[in-house]
Amino acid sequence: MAEIRFSGFGGQGIIRCGLITGKALSLYDNKHATMTQSFGPEARGSACSSQLVVSKDRVLYPYITIPEILVSMSQEAYDKYEPDLLENGILIIDTDLVKPKPVREKIQMFAIPSTRFAEELGNRIIANLVMLGFFTAVTKIVSPEAMKKALPGMVPGRFLDLNIKAFDRGYDYGGEVLKTAKPAKTKKKTAAKKKTTKSKK
Amino acid sequence: MKKVKVDPKGVLTGSHYIDGDYAIAEGGLAAGCRFFAGYPITPSTETAERFSERIPHVGGVFIQMEDELGSIAAMIGAVWGGKKTMTVTSGPGFSLMMENIGLACMMEIPLVIANVQRGGPSTGLPTLTGQQDMMQAKWGSHGDYEIIALSPDSPQECFDLTIEAFNLSETYRVPVFVMTDECVGHMHEKVVIPPAEEIEVVERKWYEGPKDKYLPYKLDKDGIPFMVKAGDGYRFHTTGLTRDERGYPVINAECQSVVVPHLVDKIINNADKIIMLEEDEIDGAEIVVISYGITSRVAIRAVQQARKAGIKVGTLRLKTVWPFPEKRIKQLARKIKAFVVPEINYGQIVLEVERCAAGKAPAFHVPHCGGWVHDPNDILKVIKEAAK
Repeated sequence: MAEIRFSGFGGQGIIRCGLITGKALSLYDNKHATMTQSFGPEARGSACSSQLVVSKDRVLYPYITIPEILVSMSQEAYDKYEPDLLENGILIIDTDLVKPKPVREKIQMFAIPSTRFAEELGNRIIANLVMLGFFTAVTKIVSPEAMKKALPGMVPGRFLDLNIKAFDRGYDYGGEVLKTAKPAKTKKKTAAKKKTTKSKK
Repeated sequence: MKKVKVDPKGVLTGSHYIDGDYAIAEGGLAAGCRFFAGYPITPSTETAERFSERIPHVGGVFIQMEDELGSIAAMIGAVWGGKKTMTVTSGPGFSLMMENIGLACMMEIPLVIANVQRGGPSTGLPTLTGQQDMMQAKWGSHGDYEIIALSPDSPQECFDLTIEAFNLSETYRVPVFVMTDECVGHMHEKVVIPPAEEIEVVERKWYEGPKDKYLPYKLDKDGIPFMVKAGDGYRFHTTGLTRDERGYPVINAECQSVVVPHLVDKIINNADKIIMLEEDEIDGAEIVVISYGITSRVAIRAVQQARKAGIKVGTLRLKTVWPFPEKRIKQLARKIKAFVVPEINYGQIVLEVERCAAGKAPAFHVPHCGGWVHDPNDILKVIKEAAK
């Protein structure tokens, strides 16, 4: 069981991140993944997030309570969602867009200039795919093969190659980062922690 | 009731990662819906979008109507034209449909309406969830009649129950509602669509006798009259007025005493065949949590915690909400301590539970005014209170 939150601002492809990962896990990695999203009168540029609950068995309760993985691609989203991250969770940020507070003791943080890399590849619109590649490499929660299989139908056909390139750029960068850092593992929540935070909305 | 294989053109066989709204559209297309008339409204718009994109490829028609009144009117016409038809809406559109839903009930028109519920009243919370139209589904149009309403809890069930909705509507010649909500409508999960040859659907009850002998409201042995296609040479009349077997208005109490009981009884007398429930750990339970749609998945959290705390809790999920499982509630009321009924409204289905329990067991309501799902802790608290 894992709870993941992708966050950023409207227009970055944050919902798409949840969709691609959910599709990869449920259709090609033999897991159950339920994706829900913030759905309101939000506009391009305002905070936005998508949530994924991943499980070996059918997901009953479909919402995240204490995510163990938080991906933040904007300062506003980071400020809003970082306090909810599990105490020994994984934090992934776009290093050019998020200036993090001092990282909580047991949290593992991974940073990538995903938007900059996307611009280098020719289009900042694929920053989310750079981020997904990086996310895949450092969390190992989903296989890169499944992620790539999930792309057709999720990104415009004529940009499929570019999206794969972006994914690989992030994935390779994740590999490099892992060489210098301890590999991340999704950690089991402790029951006590779960109880104390359960009352949080 | 004749079951036939579906037209494979509409069946998108395979595994998909789609939301409940899309799954409703795929369920409709798989069931053979070839006419969609609707007016887009959040949070159901994705179903209409999906239909508009897919239905021309399977030989069907999508019409964006001027409003929801027109939508149902067009669908009634399409049914007499021989098509299977559906539409999708949310609260405000559902209100506008009520006039012609009554007409469809009176004319005994098989059609399917999905309501992706949002918070009301009025325009309320366009983008946020609610389960506040459950009583409206039952009582929304004037006069006495019965309908069928189903409530899916996942995108997969949105697909499955939309097909079931078509089958029920054809079997009983009645409008059937798929009462989902914004949460399930916008939730993405894996949806498996089986091969076309594995999906069976109920064929419309076509009349095959001589052309001059057709009576549109003469009941068959099973209590359901036959249908024909307009334009196939049958002369018949149909109206919203109380009518005789020929479909002609007969405005008197005598005719009314035939028509109204028929509209009600064709559903109520078949309730056992129509009702689908999902029960878990009911045997020996002291508390039974009754829920439907998204709330049943939220309630599971509370139920699991209550069980950990030593309370014997069973769950009963209403896949069919109308007709209401009166018999089952009556049986349970004699055996258990209390019902707990969480729902995203200020007390609708709980009233039915109370009515059926008839004082044998109390029904504790867990209200929510809409906009979001319950905090499982709120449900847990009520379970604990009920178990005291």
